[in-house]
Amino acid sequence: MNAYLTALRAIVLREALRFVHQRERFIAALVRPLVWLVVFAAGFRAALGLSITPPYQTYITYEIYIVPGLCGMILLFNGMQSALSLVFDREMGSMRVLLISPLPRWWLLICRLIGASAISILQVYTFLLIAGLFGITLPWHGYLLVLPVLLLGGIMLGALGLALSSLIKQLENFAGVMNFVIFPMFFLSSALYPLWKMAESSALLRDICALNPFTHAVEAIRFALYGQLNASALALTALWALIFIGLAVWGYDPARGMMKRKG
Amino acid sequence: MKHLMLALLLGTTALPATAGEIWVTNEKDDTISVIDTDTLEVTRTIETGERPRGITFSKDYSVVYICASDSDTVQVMDPNTGEVLHNLPSGEDPEQFVLHPNDRHLYIANEDDAVTTVVDTETRQVIAQINVGIEPEGMAVSPDGAYAITTSETTNMAHWIDTESRKIVANTLVDARPRHAEFAAGGSELWVSAEIGGTVSIFDVESKAEKGKIKFEVKGVHPDRVQPVGFEFTEDEKTVFVALGPSNHVAVVNAETYEVEDYILVGRRVWHMDFNGDKSHLFTTNGVSGDVTVIDVAKRKPIKTIKVGRFPWGAAYRP
Repeated sequence: MNAYLTALRAIVLREALRFVHQRERFIAALVRPLVWLVVFAAGFRAALGLSITPPYQTYITYEIYIVPGLCGMILLFNGMQSALSLVFDREMGSMRVLLISPLPRWWLLICRLIGASAISILQVYTFLLIAGLFGITLPWHGYLLVLPVLLLGGIMLGALGLALSSLIKQLENFAGVMNFVIFPMFFLSSALYPLWKMAESSALLRDICALNPFTHAVEAIRFALYGQLNASALALTALWALIFIGLAVWGYDPARGMMKRKG
Repeated sequence: MKHLMLALLLGTTALPATAGEIWVTNEKDDTISVIDTDTLEVTRTIETGERPRGITFSKDYSVVYICASDSDTVQVMDPNTGEVLHNLPSGEDPEQFVLHPNDRHLYIANEDDAVTTVVDTETRQVIAQINVGIEPEGMAVSPDGAYAITTSETTNMAHWIDTESRKIVANTLVDARPRHAEFAAGGSELWVSAEIGGTVSIFDVESKAEKGKIKFEVKGVHPDRVQPVGFEFTEDEKTVFVALGPSNHVAVVNAETYEVEDYILVGRRVWHMDFNGDKSHLFTTNGVSGDVTVIDVAKRKPIKTIKVGRFPWGAAYRP
């Protein structure tokens, strides 16, 4: 087998194995969006106000609006979590085993991103299934079309995590940084409220939300779930993915970035 | 082969048998928005008299009657050209009307005058004016043409008018502010919605006694905002869709058990509705949000909301 594919298989398998061994993590990752869906969205059912924004063609309840954002939430938290485990690997020394491979470093990082995204996607589909049981169903082709978008979104957010993790030396510090990144990213996006709603409170807030890479990922997911293409959101997600991958590769380059700083 | 392909291509792009239009009166804009039932888009906007509300087509769809309330007239329009052919004398402030099965007599509720006016559409003469309760609004005619119903919003009654003698033969009390009436179950039942009462009452036509009452409860909406107005029966008469005004929902009711089975979210302050040709889609007029929501009847799901003029009121289908 091609050495690249061997590495991909090994890394994805390791991620899968880690996932199988951490069932609590799987459940925890599902509980988070479900709590938002059932508790938060129920309280705000009528509070969203009435306006129709694409891809929706008619009035919707808040539960329906929030679903793509919660899919994004799963990708975001998992992306960070996976980066966290990389920091753990580094501390435990198992990263050396990975980095000793003769394959280019960028490929190893991408393999890791794909592995982590695959796990996230599994969780997203489980979440969508449960949401379906609550009566929030989507057009059937939406479930298929969202798959590549979820993969891209997962890679983008995972790469962000990797880029951040390359800057941070210790596990404890990274946990703190995660909170600084995850919460603003999640709340300052279109996941919870549409941009027009943000604009009602402040134009600046709206602009920040519009620039947030997480917003692009959520909007790309939202359109795909309804069988539509939001080309600009998708392109921007891809662009951010490339930037974050670039930063992560740079950060993990032994001659520069983290390794050099670590000395 | 090329011809076959072309034929197939043309065959698939040909309009299906349901092609038709929904005509919506815009109360504030003094216009009618015409919606294509296939593309679900507004294809035309036609000027009308002031404050158009009730709208209905003649049996052969050759003319459309429009209650131009503030112009105190019923306009007769050629639906193909949008040209007003003539006006019918209607009494003051005609709000809602119904065309008798004879395709000739219009029964018009004159909201401000507490009368129901009967107009002959051929001679263009008022042939009777019947005193009814205060603020008459809902109008219905039994399928056999024997009864015309007027509901009066302030008197809270359904008045049963004998269409032969043109006299009120019975009055039945309903809940507060009755807005709309329809005959059902082959003409053996009369359904009346009460806006403030928040109910739909069902009367037995034979005995004129109340045989059932439907109450509504929309999750997360204050009961005061649940105000039933217009309603329509499906083809098989097994299901009825009830517009619940400012609750912004349409209720789906089992017409046999009188149980509410579902609530569908539509635009703001939904009042009236009509089906497309094969009754697969329902079009609701949402007054405050100025749009029309299209509901998939089989799936009971809203599929699209179409912007129309300001304060859409009535809706009528034509093939």
